[in-house]
Amino acid sequence: MSVRRLSAKQPASFAFSPENAEWAKGQIAKYPEGRQASAIIPLFWQAQKQEGWLSEPAIRFVADMLKMDYIRALEVATFYTMFNLSPVGEHFVQLCGTTPCWLRGSDDIKAACNKHIGPEGQVSADGKLSWIEVECLGACANAPMVQINDDYYEDLDGASMGQLLEDLRNGKPVKIGSQTGRTGSEPIDGLTSLTTPISGGGK
Amino acid sequence: MLKDEDRIFTNLYGRGTPGLKGAQMRGDWDGTAALIEKGRDWIIDEMKKSGLRGRGGAGFPTGLKWSFMPKDSGGRPHYLVVNADESEPGTCKDREIMRYDPQKLIEGCLIASFAMQAHVCYIYVRGEFIAERVALQKAVDEAYAAGLLGKNAAGSGWDFDLYVHHGAGAYICGEETALLESLEGKKGMPRLKPPFPANMGLYGAPTTVNNVESIAVAPTILRRGATWFAGLGRPNNTGTKIFSISGHVNKPCNVEEEMGISLRELIDKHCGGVRGGWDNLLAVIPGGSSVPMLPKSICDDVLMDFDSLKAVQSGLGTAAVIVMDKSTDLIKAIARLAAFYKHESCGQCTPCREGTGWMWRVMERLVSGEAAVEEIDMLLDVTKRVEGHTICALGDAAAWPIQGLIRHFRPVLEERISAHRRHLAAAE
Repeated sequence: MSVRRLSAKQPASFAFSPENAEWAKGQIAKYPEGRQASAIIPLFWQAQKQEGWLSEPAIRFVADMLKMDYIRALEVATFYTMFNLSPVGEHFVQLCGTTPCWLRGSDDIKAACNKHIGPEGQVSADGKLSWIEVECLGACANAPMVQINDDYYEDLDGASMGQLLEDLRNGKPVKIGSQTGRTGSEPIDGLTSLTTPISGGGK
Repeated sequence: MLKDEDRIFTNLYGRGTPGLKGAQMRGDWDGTAALIEKGRDWIIDEMKKSGLRGRGGAGFPTGLKWSFMPKDSGGRPHYLVVNADESEPGTCKDREIMRYDPQKLIEGCLIASFAMQAHVCYIYVRGEFIAERVALQKAVDEAYAAGLLGKNAAGSGWDFDLYVHHGAGAYICGEETALLESLEGKKGMPRLKPPFPANMGLYGAPTTVNNVESIAVAPTILRRGATWFAGLGRPNNTGTKIFSISGHVNKPCNVEEEMGISLRELIDKHCGGVRGGWDNLLAVIPGGSSVPMLPKSICDDVLMDFDSLKAVQSGLGTAAVIVMDKSTDLIKAIARLAAFYKHESCGQCTPCREGTGWMWRVMERLVSGEAAVEEIDMLLDVTKRVEGHTICALGDAAAWPIQGLIRHFRPVLEERISAHRRHLAAAE
């Protein structure tokens, strides 16, 4: 279990932007009448996207929207680890350190984060970057890897991770996915299966 | 080795377009209405005959699971819920299906839902898979636009709605009843069974929860016939399977292979071998982090299927093969998994909530060698007290990797403790 608490510093209020309010209606409609609580995770997620993190006013706002008791909404917010209960950097790095990534050098990635960002869980002085170690992100054949905001960056090493962080910090374009240029999770230097031409078109 | 013509996931690597047109050229949605016209009993019977066992880890026969849905539910709706909460360390196969071959999954959802009389299906994607969720939603939108979903889906006469839902970072939601709780908007804490989801699942209605891969292979099985699928692999372990190979191999990858392929062939043929050669192999976790590891002596000739791996006190699990060469600190590798389970325990059952933390702390003492030799047996004893004493299998999953380590590598643990003592003595 991870113990998660709301941040001591909270904003005064929260409301969805008009676009997000409209989007939320569409989400709630996915679930049967009376079961609108099902939409809580997607709505929290959108609130987090809007504000950068999930504040207490946002939790209360979503609870009201779904006609849920605040305590039930708080339970959900604190149970699921992807909800950031305090602010994060503009580029929020989630580093996978579970065994498959560790075997392939996630310690080097961690060292790069320490060097280029600073201690785990703290936003860098320029507000651009922060990082935490998370559990398996499910891209083990492309290990080691990190998730930065919405995107996966795979097949990393210490050097490419450092470069990636500096490029993000300086607003330079970066490549999402494998950093060694392989497609998906195929073997790095040539296919061992699916070599027979199949229909289905190229890219 | 499996021939390309027998591979189901022909766009596993994303070299073709994942779009509907590409998928149709690869054979998806071919005669779906005709398959549905053959009726529920035929579909379930074919699935049973194919011998398909669930691809999410437990290996329960899929056709049999489908047959558990009640015939008369007293007006309650039926649901299919697809478990795309792929989080078992080592496993990264469903991700490829969702982003590169999503139409196989969507077509499978329609067929399976029809077979279980469900008009609604939810696909629960793990929260971190944001790009995959977007890709899947795009595929769903395409299918709706083409009339393959919605009213009279694919011209089958069956009305069917498919929704993509997501989590927000909780391994436990891969457990089917925790997933249902989460889908209902609650904390992902597993439910006590019975009642089983087939009687009382999502919103108290009959529900079947299936893994992405199990559902995605169904249309191909029905099109090519149960006999074709059952002819691959070995008895009771039929068909093909996506293997995710990670760790110390030269070329980690996902690959679809025949069930029952030897571990060595899998690694040598598709992954360029173990780093430093086969003789540099130390141990393999053959089915995702939850299953006990195997030492090289067993890896030399073990086959990769449910029964073969069970026979050597491990399991096929999700077929996520984590390879460790001789440079690996095995104790640390397992201690990291212990930390994972401690982090992911939902905290509902005391043996798991307290046990996972306790096991992790002792594992850390074993990594440094500061533990006493007696603690090895104490640890083993605690794993047995956690295993089987919790509502869901997370307690078991936390116990097994440690049991595997002690079973096969006790001398390594003992040597670490002695080395630490020698170090202390020398310092004095």
